Amino acid sequence: MNNLVQEIIVNLLLAAAPLFLWILPYALLAVYLERKISGFMQDRLGPMRVGKWGLLQSLADIVKLLQKEDIMADAVDKKLFNLAPLLVFIGSYAAFATIPFSSIYIGSNIDLGVFFVTAISALVVAGLLLGAWASNNKYSLYGGMRTAAQIVSYEIPTAIVILSVVIIAGTFNLKEMSEQQTANIFNWYIFGGPELGLKKFILIPFMLVGTVIYFISSLAEVNRTPFDIPEAESEIIGGYHTEYSGMKFAFFFLAEYANMFAVSAIITILFFGGYQSPFGYLGNLLNIKWLVGVEQIFWFLFKGLLFVFVQMWLRWTLPRLRIDQLMVTCWKYLIPISLVNLIIIAFISLL
Amino acid sequence: MKEYFKNIYETISTVLVGMGVTWKHLFEKKVTIQYPDERLTLPERERNRLYVDMEDCIGCRQCENACPVDCIEIETVKALPGEDAGKTKAGQKKVFFVTKFNIDFSKCCFCSFCVFPCPTNCIKMTDEFEYSEYSRNNLIYNFSVFTPEEAEEKKRKFAEFEKEKAAQKAAAVAAQKPAETNTNTSNNNQ
Repeated sequence: MNNLVQEIIVNLLLAAAPLFLWILPYALLAVYLERKISGFMQDRLGPMRVGKWGLLQSLADIVKLLQKEDIMADAVDKKLFNLAPLLVFIGSYAAFATIPFSSIYIGSNIDLGVFFVTAISALVVAGLLLGAWASNNKYSLYGGMRTAAQIVSYEIPTAIVILSVVIIAGTFNLKEMSEQQTANIFNWYIFGGPELGLKKFILIPFMLVGTVIYFISSLAEVNRTPFDIPEAESEIIGGYHTEYSGMKFAFFFLAEYANMFAVSAIITILFFGGYQSPFGYLGNLLNIKWLVGVEQIFWFLFKGLLFVFVQMWLRWTLPRLRIDQLMVTCWKYLIPISLVNLIIIAFISLL
Repeated sequence: MKEYFKNIYETISTVLVGMGVTWKHLFEKKVTIQYPDERLTLPERERNRLYVDMEDCIGCRQCENACPVDCIEIETVKALPGEDAGKTKAGQKKVFFVTKFNIDFSKCCFCSFCVFPCPTNCIKMTDEFEYSEYSRNNLIYNFSVFTPEEAEEKKRKFAEFEKEKAAQKAAAVAAQKPAETNTNTSNNNQ
């Protein structure tokens, strides 16, 4: 009995670790980076007044959001309205459960890792739609409908690309996938995985296509520009979070940034070697065992943040798509290409 | 079918071009000026808050007349014969005490019309543009060198002098025509 309680407490602490050690600091950092990068790309400076180079800006923002009055209109469906931000945040936070940050830390090493991530991220759609509906606001509802249409459509190419990687890897387990890509940069799945010979070289272009498709559809899944029509500020105010303020809005915000990192992490694991270093490890060189794990955390976060940066980079490069263009991109281009890609990769794996 | 692949090619190539452009701007020199810390040098003839050099003001009221929004309010008192109203820097002798010279900057439209007619160049535009206030009354600037009491004193003295003068005049008039008055009275008596 005592053992059981101990185990539960340890597991709870382990489960809370990514939230407090990574997601919250990351969200603060990402908001700051987003604003800085936006500024720099537009030849501005971005936030400069709060702290040195505006470093404390996002902290100040969080404090502001915490202090803000929680406004709730009379006509909203109160239960669902309060439930929605929680659901959205749970959806994006739960995805971190199976993500291997390093060989020494993984929330839950389940065999259906990728599958779990894809499934649990779909909970976000339910949350967004719930919030949009409960807000009792036309624009919120528009935003919600757009979100639902967009995310559900773009989950198809995502799933297909994930499948094609699973065919190569032979496993759904994210940790095993990462382990397979060890030792060398050319063992990453974008370079055809750990196999050798002709098969690897034939695979490379198709994996490249898969990477691009996964990246594009992951952009759409986390509602980032150029696929940010669910929260298109200039068309439908804020989309699904129009009616939210204060802490509940902060939850949506946090969930969006957490999601950005989650999809970047999945890309990293599927194609770019997960937590594996592109070169050797300093820990192995110096024969210090624990250093390897720390280095792996560094590489994982570095690669993940790199893709978050690319997402921000794209945001200031591309204009927002129209809804029909969005659907054309998904149904006419991404899905057929990824399907053909899947079939070809499947045949190659039979070689 | 050909168009399909052309679309894909165009999408990818144009996106890459766009990303190249934004990447280049990431390292470009920023145009932001950190305003309170660093400032642009203002142009030579910019028009902001007015300044009046009261040493030079001769109380001619030409600026007051020229002002299209009536934001300048001037009150002058003529110097008494014994008093010295001072001299301008150029050596011109002043005739008036300027007891009141208020400019209401909440009304001022920065047209600079008051600057041109000034004969001694004492009213001019400065480069001072940060003078916002919490109360509108604080925007009324008082340029006069006299305190209100001193101004009152000057006015009182002048009024006294005027009265005296009037009395003297009246006395003079009375002295000039005492006979007439007498005849008038005698006429009345009749």
